[in-house]
Amino acid sequence: METTLVENLPQVTWVGSLIKAVLILAVISAIAGFGTFIERKVLAFMQRRLGPMHVGPYGLLQLIADGIKLFTKEDIVPQNANKLIFMVAPAITAATAFVALSAVPVFPDFTIPEFIPLLGGIFVPSIASDLNIGILFVLGMMAAGLYGPLLAGMSQANKWGIIGAARTAIQFLSYEVVTGLSILAPIMLVGSLSFVDFNNAQSGGIGSWLIWQQPVAFVLFLIAGFAETNRTPFDLLEHEAEVVSGYATEYSGMRWGMFFIGEYANMITISIIAAIVFLGGYSEGGLGWLTIILKVGFFFFLMLWVRAAWPHVRPDQLMWLCWKVLMPIAVINVVITGIVMMV
Amino acid sequence: MYEIVAFYLFSVLTIGLFLVTVMSKNVLYAMTALASGMVLISGFFFILGADFLGVVQLIVYVGAVMALYSFAMMFFDATRDIKEKNTNAGLVFLLGGLSALVLVLMFAAPIHSDAIQALYPMHEGAGNAQDVGIVLFTKYLVPFEVAAVMLLVAMIAGIILAGKKMDQSLTEDTSADDEIMTLKDAK
Repeated sequence: METTLVENLPQVTWVGSLIKAVLILAVISAIAGFGTFIERKVLAFMQRRLGPMHVGPYGLLQLIADGIKLFTKEDIVPQNANKLIFMVAPAITAATAFVALSAVPVFPDFTIPEFIPLLGGIFVPSIASDLNIGILFVLGMMAAGLYGPLLAGMSQANKWGIIGAARTAIQFLSYEVVTGLSILAPIMLVGSLSFVDFNNAQSGGIGSWLIWQQPVAFVLFLIAGFAETNRTPFDLLEHEAEVVSGYATEYSGMRWGMFFIGEYANMITISIIAAIVFLGGYSEGGLGWLTIILKVGFFFFLMLWVRAAWPHVRPDQLMWLCWKVLMPIAVINVVITGIVMMV
Repeated sequence: MYEIVAFYLFSVLTIGLFLVTVMSKNVLYAMTALASGMVLISGFFFILGADFLGVVQLIVYVGAVMALYSFAMMFFDATRDIKEKNTNAGLVFLLGGLSALVLVLMFAAPIHSDAIQALYPMHEGAGNAQDVGIVLFTKYLVPFEVAAVMLLVAMIAGIILAGKKMDQSLTEDTSADDEIMTLKDAK
């Protein structure tokens, strides 16, 4: 698709960026809500159940029922909690998740048709802000998002919360190294930190996808991504069987909902990063945007699939895995990549 | 125009947050203000067009302050205020004032901007990350390598300090169980 070439693009105005930002907020929030429904359905089918069936056709309106419940539920702040931090913490998770999304290409770029009053003719870019260090920015913002669970757990004066916060800290310190090192090898191959460059480097069809050159980095990045989004094999933070609900124990209503909007937005971000960095991104032939939606959908489904198939790990197992297994493999992978590039 | 607005916004927020860090008696407020202040500092790098350094600031300090939080979690009750012991306020005032004065003089020095010239100007066509790399591996090669060796030394020291009985799992360690049981029986 030649629309991805920068020189062919119309000028991006601030109105275009603003429209893009509003679009990302609205659509990703909606997808995050819909994601909970899909998750329940997929898990149910994998466990030979039906899942939500009663509200609306095939349980589809369950989403609206859940939304009404979340919005109208009483917002409780525990007596001994640090009230300010307790109330701010969910906003950190949700906000950083969306800030991270501002630097990834989410939907195709398009120009608003002329017949629409006021906004006609405005070009809306595919990336809200096309930083040339996009990957680092997204990973950094997603890392900052873990302050949400951490502060939530520490401020709520609840022992389960404190344990959840402590687990957040160790999980963060464990996976972050693996994420950085695993994505370093593809960055070395492409020689850029921009998502657009990654996409262009793999525009030669399936054979040029980076996954064939960097299968190890791909697997490592996926594992670290699961830890980053608190998906099941590594969802220590709110592991019901061990720590009630971890950092979210005292939360109710929309504050609790914001944690989950953030979590689902992060899942989408990780899926998009994996699809662009390793699976060729969005430009092959004319159907690039359909293929990236399929790729992102596949990764989203993979996260649900793994949740249905695998048990949780213990915190010490997570640290063992990250520091003693994944990190050495990632370092060896980077060294081998360097040697191959030099020779 | 919007750079000026952004600069003053970030300045006020950063100074305010670091003031909270110093003044607050609550661990949670102090640490949170520190973390958000560090994140906001990266805003200055973005305004200056140094995207790469801004993101590095973001990533490094998000991780570093997170490690600090884990210590705060171990040592303090995060929901209570801490009783501080301030001995000798005069000395604190003197030292703080002196270091503030030195800092102001240092950062006010570029007022004589005609005396400054860029020895390593930006390269045309090279990105942020490439420019940082060029400077790191030419002008600052020795400090860079020395810093790497120091980090290695610190890492080895940390492993040696913490690494006693590394081959045993603490989770499966039952050696202290008998002691705990006898203590319970004694009660």
